Amino acid sequence: MNNKHVIIIGGGPAGIEAAYYLANNGIRITVFEKDEYPGGNVKNWAKLFPDFGDASVVRKQITEKLKHDNIKFLNNTKIENLAWENNNWIATSGSEKYIADVTLLATGFEVFDAKRKEELGYGIYDNVITSVDFEDMYKTGKILTKEGKIPERIAFLNCVGSRDEKVGNHYCSRVCCITAVKQAIEFKELVPDAHAYCFYMDMRMAGQFYEELYRKSQEKYGVNYIRGRISEAAVTIDNRIQIKAEDTLSALPMKMTVDILVLMVGIESSESTTKICTDNNIVGPYGFAKSKSLFGMDNFSEKPGLFLAGTCKRPLTLPETIADGRSAAVEIMNYLKS
Amino acid sequence: MTEKKHFWNEYQKEIADDNYFYERSCIRQSFFPGSETAFLNILRDELGLTIIDDPNQHTCTGIGYHSDVVPFETTMTVCARLFSLMTDAELKNYVPSCVTSFGVFTEVVETWEHFPEELEKTRKFLREATGREFKIPENIAHPSDIIYKYRKELKQKMKYQLVNCHTGKPLNAVEHIGCHYGKIFSKHAVGGAEFPQVLAGMIEEWGGKVIDYPERRHCCGFGFRQYLVMSNRGYSVANTKKKFESMEPYKPDFVLTNCPGCTMFMDRWQYTIAEMEGKTYDDNQMGIPVLTYEELTGLLLGYNPWDLGLQVHQVQVEPLLDKLGIKYDLKDKFTGKSGTYLGEPEKPEYLKVSYE
Repeated sequence: MNNKHVIIIGGGPAGIEAAYYLANNGIRITVFEKDEYPGGNVKNWAKLFPDFGDASVVRKQITEKLKHDNIKFLNNTKIENLAWENNNWIATSGSEKYIADVTLLATGFEVFDAKRKEELGYGIYDNVITSVDFEDMYKTGKILTKEGKIPERIAFLNCVGSRDEKVGNHYCSRVCCITAVKQAIEFKELVPDAHAYCFYMDMRMAGQFYEELYRKSQEKYGVNYIRGRISEAAVTIDNRIQIKAEDTLSALPMKMTVDILVLMVGIESSESTTKICTDNNIVGPYGFAKSKSLFGMDNFSEKPGLFLAGTCKRPLTLPETIADGRSAAVEIMNYLKS
Repeated sequence: MTEKKHFWNEYQKEIADDNYFYERSCIRQSFFPGSETAFLNILRDELGLTIIDDPNQHTCTGIGYHSDVVPFETTMTVCARLFSLMTDAELKNYVPSCVTSFGVFTEVVETWEHFPEELEKTRKFLREATGREFKIPENIAHPSDIIYKYRKELKQKMKYQLVNCHTGKPLNAVEHIGCHYGKIFSKHAVGGAEFPQVLAGMIEEWGGKVIDYPERRHCCGFGFRQYLVMSNRGYSVANTKKKFESMEPYKPDFVLTNCPGCTMFMDRWQYTIAEMEGKTYDDNQMGIPVLTYEELTGLLLGYNPWDLGLQVHQVQVEPLLDKLGIKYDLKDKFTGKSGTYLGEPEKPEYLKVSYE
């Protein structure tokens, strides 16, 4: 195994986890990360659901695994092309070419660009923010309006860019509902007297402890859940946000004004994922990587020696992503042995 | 208040340069009789462009279609006959005056692109009914698109700007876009469906300030079945009221529209609301003037307000003319082109129609 070289495209949780396990088995690894720092999208979060664990601690635990003699980490290196040539995988970044026996695609996801939902006014109105912006603000210890005011009312809107035919994404991003519950609680802990509203189609509390957290958000923190999507956000004369929705449980249209509207942006395939998968004819629905089979061969692509891990395939939670990286490492080791 | 970001720049459309076939609106000549003539004069006299105004034109069926009394097959065939007039004139650029017509034509052409069998069926129907043939327009643009396209050239010729001549400040303008301009196909709207720029671009270019108020995107209150069914008219006026209540705190100097129904209802319902509730949305009980884009362009070019037909608006425009510094003669207001005095309309009880 010592003479084998595996390249991993993506220095996020899945890629790092796979690199660590492969390196421990004596395999030479090169991890490419297009950004300056490793850790992928974990850097966007302040605390993690469902236990409010410190994301920076978890991120450090993940990225520490790169400190391994068998791992070469190349940051600011975007792989522009990946091709199978002469029984090797050739990854190209600028003028550099990297040759490997196996490639693991762990290119992760990008959050949905909320500007595409123009009716919600993101990028146009100051007090319309995304769930990622909320996390950034929460890291400072305060949630404030653009004018520096403590909000009296805040609304969270689920399914922005997910389960939405208009933007072409029919799938559920799986992490937004629980993130809204988490952020609503975080807001109420900061501003107990304020009102928090969460607009949803249905609350998908499928993970362990999610349902309990959802219940706690209502019983302990008084978060108000309204079944309906917001159809339009507009600015008022005092720079607040007027929102319109239909409360589908009472079958009545409603209008309210909030200080901040938080858009729970969904997960989309990253640009790198779609480009590499398209070039290698392994692109699946919505630009994600297509695995060979969901049952038993989920880390395999249709191309020999090209493996897949994490959210380049579909929306996953962080624990699922880490486990999938480990699973990919096992499959790669078996492949190299054979 | 924060300025709106200009994402609309990403949504531009192709607007033909010249050689247009004009299709008039069914209702605009009754409600705002100077607008269409002003548009033709502006294109021909100010911009030196060619536009044909064919006397054989007819309805597009829009009102009937959206009221569910005209089936789509009939609408497609009637539209095809209008296209055949354009074809006879050897023109390729279709310009429907009405926003509803604009929506109907774009819907019909889009249908033909996706369902070629519908196109063939329409050709057959038209041939059997009239013996006529037609070509599909290469470009369909609303007249407001053309004024928007040439807004900078027109500015060079304008005698007035959208500036309060007493204070030197930009006039506050509410722009209201007809729903069928961009909400059916956002790709056909300058600026897209949510933040159309077609009227805002004119206002900003000509010195005014566009108000972004909470109910900016709300319906004017026309909404075909809301108005055409008498029992629904309360719903119609309630929607107009909602818009005016929302814009009132911004103190608009005027409303600019590009749709016959919007101009009509935002103007006339102000009278209705005033008489029902003793309420206007300005400071002097005269209401907020509602202009078509042709009327506004004509005014700034120095056309006589009464030649533009502004005297037949319900909300009278003298306060706006005074802010713009436009001189006018009240003696001419109700005098016909032959010099005959036509008489003044009956005055409302609450809404003032003059300074007295």
